[in-house]
Amino acid sequence: MADVKKIATRESYGNALAELGKDYPDLVVLDADLAAATKTGVFKKAFPDRHIDCGIAECNMVGIAAGLASTGKIPFVSSFAMFASGRAFEQVRNSVGYPKLNVKIGATHAGISVGEDGATHQCCEDLALMRVIPGMVVMNPSDDIEAKAAVKAALDYQGPVYIRFGRLAVPVINDNPEYKFELGKGVVLREGKDVTLVATGLEVGETLAAAEKLAADGIDAKVINIHTIKPLDEDLIVAAAKETGKVVTVEEHSVIGGLGSAVCDCLAAKAPTQVLKIGVNDTFGESGPAVELIKKYGLDSEGIYAKVKEFMA
Amino acid sequence: MDTLALKKTANEVRKGVVTAVHSAKSGHPGGSLSAADILTYLYFEEMNIDPKDPKKEDRDRFVLSKGHIAPGFYSTLAQRGFFPVEDLKTLRHVGSYLQGHPDMKHIPGVDMSSGSLGQGGSAAVGMALAGKLDDASYRVYCLFGDGEIQEGQVWEAAMFAGARKLDNLVFIVDNNGLQIDGNIEDVCSPYPIADKFKAFNFNVIEIDAHDFEQIEGAFKKARETKGMPTAIIAKSTKGKGVSFMENQASWHGTAPNDEQYAQAIADLEKIGDSLK
Repeated sequence: MADVKKIATRESYGNALAELGKDYPDLVVLDADLAAATKTGVFKKAFPDRHIDCGIAECNMVGIAAGLASTGKIPFVSSFAMFASGRAFEQVRNSVGYPKLNVKIGATHAGISVGEDGATHQCCEDLALMRVIPGMVVMNPSDDIEAKAAVKAALDYQGPVYIRFGRLAVPVINDNPEYKFELGKGVVLREGKDVTLVATGLEVGETLAAAEKLAADGIDAKVINIHTIKPLDEDLIVAAAKETGKVVTVEEHSVIGGLGSAVCDCLAAKAPTQVLKIGVNDTFGESGPAVELIKKYGLDSEGIYAKVKEFMA
Repeated sequence: MDTLALKKTANEVRKGVVTAVHSAKSGHPGGSLSAADILTYLYFEEMNIDPKDPKKEDRDRFVLSKGHIAPGFYSTLAQRGFFPVEDLKTLRHVGSYLQGHPDMKHIPGVDMSSGSLGQGGSAAVGMALAGKLDDASYRVYCLFGDGEIQEGQVWEAAMFAGARKLDNLVFIVDNNGLQIDGNIEDVCSPYPIADKFKAFNFNVIEIDAHDFEQIEGAFKKARETKGMPTAIIAKSTKGKGVSFMENQASWHGTAPNDEQYAQAIADLEKIGDSLK
């Protein structure tokens, strides 16, 4: 695995914007003094007139995006997940969500994999916060290829979209000619009959690796990549639950309100199934290298493997 | 429209305000009445708008940041012909398009949904910025309450507008001096308002909000000012035109009962009769 190409999805975000800028003249990108970190610098370089740095004022930035969208622009608001979904939550709800304006939120530095900056910057609540807003599309791509596809899908969709990107370089797992991104559709990455592992974002790669470890122990796990948390691909999840019985959700987010909750909401109503939610267990993060934190919080392939083993026992 | 006609129109707008709020049995008459003259001037004189084509691309935009004075806004739009005056009586009723706070998705003439205080200025800035990006000729107007400017986001928007020299943008502060909990100076004084906007690189104009000549002069000066946005601080009387509502914080968000409604209409009829 040493040769696997790795790239952080925040890089993919900036690259996708720069690539799409030419074909989408209404695309404008907003930052709040974090362009160097959200990786929108490449867009700024290519389209300086269409990059707007709003300074350190995320609430204002979201409102400006709403105003821009009301005139036909397609603004991408860039900031860390903590500030885009947290600080500016009410602006996203009232100035973007309620009027259903065509604003896209590119939220980087999500989850504990922010690393050394620690708990204040490690947003493990964004999927929950954004999912609860009526009409909001919520995406969490798993790698470079999917992240770029998500940006394009968001551009082609009319209405508010939240996309979560990470700071940590993650393996490219969707590098195959068959790969197709469809908003709201999950992707079966591995067939299996004993249990369904539903993963999102950087946990997709970890979950695939965990499935291989489980296979060595005789547990045949189906793996589904959910890149769109809302609207959720309920048909795929219900079918998988009926097929395999037990379901496990894996996310680098609080176990409250994110993918795990979305899957439970769906299964409780349509196919009651025992579900194990793997994620950040109602706690704040801490400082440390991202890879070490993912391990410490049980979100690496080893941690997932151990929890699924116990669940299946 | 001459000053007399503007005064008559504003008086009709005020009647619509009390009628709508009375029918809704809730809503915000005080600030609606204090802003009625400014709203009338904007929609009957200042702004390039077309009630028959409310979404036309080159229209001037208006954002009611103090969204709770929807009755004043709707009454003005109705008088201007965006929708029937009769519909004002459906304000806040279940199923009506006239929501308690402005809803751009369903109300002709509303350019931005608003109501959560402090947010409208940013949207107006976004519209003005789009105008600059597209080299468009439209102008953008945003009305704030003087209590509302306690919200920090107003100053984030002001800082950006000043820094970006958005001279196609006009902020207006309806300075009626009262908010829900009382006098703005007693609650958390926003004064000096003019100096604050000056410090944020605005062209600042102070006027009497009920004097149409001063209103006209202010908007003319704003139009002529290049390289910076304008802030018009409009000193007003909350509840203007209805004797028992004037300068009473208690009429910020209270509806008149039947008797009070009759008195309010009588007050406004009397004003109407004097405008000859």
